[in-house]
Amino acid sequence: MKVMRLTEYMINMGDGSRTFMTKEQILNDIQAGIADAVDCTGVSELNANEIEFICEIMCDKNRVVGVEPGNEVVMTEDFGGNRFGIDSGTCGNGIELGRRESSLLFEKAWSMDTFELGHTDYSIKAVKPIIAHEMQTMEQMQMLMTVPLLYGTMPNMGLYYIPDGPYGNPADLMREFKIEEAMAAAEAAADHLARDIKFVSVKLQEAGSDGFDFDTTASAGDADFVGTLKGVAELRKERPEANIMMGMAGENVLGIHGMIEYDGKVVAGMYPHEQVALAEKVGVNVFGPVVNTNTGRSTAWNVSRAVAITKECVRKSNIPIHPNMGMGVGGIPMSETPPIEAATRASKAMIEIAKADGI
Amino acid sequence: MRTAGDLVARMQFSRNMRLDRAKEYVAKKLNVTPYDLSDVYLMRELREQLDIGVVTALPTASRGIQSKFKIEDLLGIKINCCENYRARMKR
Repeated sequence: MKVMRLTEYMINMGDGSRTFMTKEQILNDIQAGIADAVDCTGVSELNANEIEFICEIMCDKNRVVGVEPGNEVVMTEDFGGNRFGIDSGTCGNGIELGRRESSLLFEKAWSMDTFELGHTDYSIKAVKPIIAHEMQTMEQMQMLMTVPLLYGTMPNMGLYYIPDGPYGNPADLMREFKIEEAMAAAEAAADHLARDIKFVSVKLQEAGSDGFDFDTTASAGDADFVGTLKGVAELRKERPEANIMMGMAGENVLGIHGMIEYDGKVVAGMYPHEQVALAEKVGVNVFGPVVNTNTGRSTAWNVSRAVAITKECVRKSNIPIHPNMGMGVGGIPMSETPPIEAATRASKAMIEIAKADGI
Repeated sequence: MRTAGDLVARMQFSRNMRLDRAKEYVAKKLNVTPYDLSDVYLMRELREQLDIGVVTALPTASRGIQSKFKIEDLLGIKINCCENYRARMKR
């Protein structure tokens, strides 16, 4: 067992495990994290005061840290009341509890500022056949809940490819050097996704939903991002009152298609400060950028990198920014049970340095 | 609902207000300062007085959509489910 020396501080690694580092080592990691952010994404460096502040947060001897009174932010989330019930080896507790009861617990007992209704599968395609059921549940929950209640799903465009969907799988097609067919399949899937988004989200608005959360957008790459943007634009046109949130799947848009564009711009390779411009354009109200956690690096490295990338997104945005702060994103360790010391340090830095509007 | 997060969130979503602006807007409507919005003692009293929903089970207090009708008036916004409710209640 390693023992912490008086000159050392306990720091979590990106996988959640504990290590001990000196202040000098922490400072080196902060600077290296920022340098990596600048190198990867072209964002500006953090200034000396901000670096010192991150170091102060990391070296705080208290296990849990928090923001100063007056600096509190609002909280949004994804997956809704399913979190209790789901037992898939991921983030759920495996406790059978209805979505209505679970949502009321989140509102009244854990004081979530906003919440959402979602289907267990949490994919837009899976919601379509059960839309009437979801509309009824939304209507009933809107009677009971006070905080803004959105409907949430992942666009999850991967479900539109063989063997789950009707379109050729680009990964298989590319292996066979059928590049044009792969690109055509991705474009067709994106259009199908946009149609499904419009159908589902407009129906939920008719049922009284406050709005819609598009969670893990672009998980299937650049065509997934374009399909979601098209769907959101349609929702905004049909239902101007909808409160729309878009959260991303990863820090940059993967170029599975490689050349697909939205509004004349190739979306592959876009980072948060570029993604938010397109989100704004289609009528998103709140944008959730992602910065991936490196499991082999310390929380000091990961948080500094995440703050530098998110700060640029906040600066460029005209809409509220709620960075994703969870397992494996936003500087928080990639663990199903994230250490509270790392989660609170990452959150404080994201709010007080990157100036996030929520998390 | 312990303090004012739901109200600030409503302004972020409905008017694209950044955090500081949303807090200022809500504080003005509640006749308090933005700093007061996270004061759980003050906000509990105020929410009870305005009847806009509290986290505890308070008999006779508004809850759910009843609170949301009052939040609409307080913040000067329209809430989708309240609009639906009004439309369906027309005779």
